[in-house]
Amino acid sequence: MEAKDIALNDVHIQLGGKMVPFAGYNMPVRYSSDIEEHKCVREKVGVFDVSHMGEFFVSGAGALNLIQKVTSNDASKLTIGQAQYSCFPNETGGIVDDLIVYKLGDDEYMLVVNASNIDKDWNWVKKQQTEDVTLTNASDAYCLFAVQGPEAIKTLQKITDVALNDIKFYTFTKGKIGGIDDVIISATGYTGEAGFELYVLAEDAKKLWAKVFEAGAEFGIQPIGLGARDTLRLEMGYCLYGNDIDDTTSPLEAGLGWITKFSKEFTNSEALKKQKEAGVSKRLVGFELNDKGIPRKDYDILNLDEKVIGRVTSGTMSPSLSKGIGMGYVEFGQHKSGTEILIAVRNKKLKATIVKLPIYKKG
Amino acid sequence: MNIPEELKYTEDHEWIKVEGNVATVGITDYAQGQLGDIVYVEIETEGDAIDKAEIFGTVEAVKTVSDLFMPLTGTVSKFNTKLEDEPELVNSDPYGEGWMIKIEISDESQLETLLSAAAYKEVIGE
Repeated sequence: MEAKDIALNDVHIQLGGKMVPFAGYNMPVRYSSDIEEHKCVREKVGVFDVSHMGEFFVSGAGALNLIQKVTSNDASKLTIGQAQYSCFPNETGGIVDDLIVYKLGDDEYMLVVNASNIDKDWNWVKKQQTEDVTLTNASDAYCLFAVQGPEAIKTLQKITDVALNDIKFYTFTKGKIGGIDDVIISATGYTGEAGFELYVLAEDAKKLWAKVFEAGAEFGIQPIGLGARDTLRLEMGYCLYGNDIDDTTSPLEAGLGWITKFSKEFTNSEALKKQKEAGVSKRLVGFELNDKGIPRKDYDILNLDEKVIGRVTSGTMSPSLSKGIGMGYVEFGQHKSGTEILIAVRNKKLKATIVKLPIYKKG
Repeated sequence: MNIPEELKYTEDHEWIKVEGNVATVGITDYAQGQLGDIVYVEIETEGDAIDKAEIFGTVEAVKTVSDLFMPLTGTVSKFNTKLEDEPELVNSDPYGEGWMIKIEISDESQLETLLSAAAYKEVIGE
């Protein structure tokens, strides 16, 4: 299948973006340097075009019921203007996708899902739709820009009258920004930095992108590719679907017990509850390399007796820490922070230590 | 794209500079651009005799790991130890300070298998 272009494809090419097919879309993987872009977000402000993400709207009298059934977190706790990290558990103990649930109004929600899973998720939710629910897949109608970094709020405050300081983490408002009405301004992100994600209709996206860059020029704003997005999220220990979580990993094994609420019933909740009571057999952990080298997906994790105890699910060189970092599953009991492990990198076994998340702790 | 005329190339995006019996080897400007920031160069084959097309080391970018292949059969006589602490030299100066190894060539007839600058340009679609 040919990869689709996102609305601002031309803009990214003009900015020198190296476009690569990712999750069915041609996406900018980098503009200049992964490391430079990473540092720009940690130190200044950067903008990611993540318009490949999927947006589903769920409305009607049965909207909350449907969301409660298909997601693991408790959406009944949301008030209008709040967002919640959640996942769609499957019926066999794994995860269909992770997502953010936005409560837009009474009986009106937006679900934001991973680009690679848009069709899978849509079919999954659609299959469970009831008559009192209207479902809309608006993924192609919306662009999504993540403006992230210590100067993000100053940048965006220049182009909106909405008091951005009042938008607390994981809350949002709909307002005018960059001269465009009804943009969803959400205090969320995937970097560990302060910042906002802006959901804007595709026809207004180019104008908003330009306004954001104009406002951020004095702070050294830069476009940021998917390469740096991955290193930023990995330093924070945030899961990436397809790497750290997938159809076979349970949310409890993945350390997502905090979004798995047994105060309600949901897909596979009985089995997950049993798993919680019995205890999981493996856990997702973060680790840092003490030796020189870089862990990569699918490398073996060993204990100090050189017995395989798990497998790396994500790994990179951390631009902030200048060392190899990663995440992976290890046998329960060997997962505690401070545990010394070995990572099999080609013909060597490199020393590493399991650390508490986030892997990168800000100054 | 910088593709010096005086160098030889391989389809694995390596460049080779031949001086007498010694070949200096690195990766091309195109290769470093595709890989992005080089963060680790691992070459532990100094002193080893290795056949053409066998692996002599590994280069790691932020996102990817790539093997490095011998462009010619020979003995790895030297490794650019500067790359241990400054792998970014491969990005900033791929044909100069970013060189990787020197090979004592065993079979000079293999030189004919290397690509000219013009042929390499075609490989990368320039």
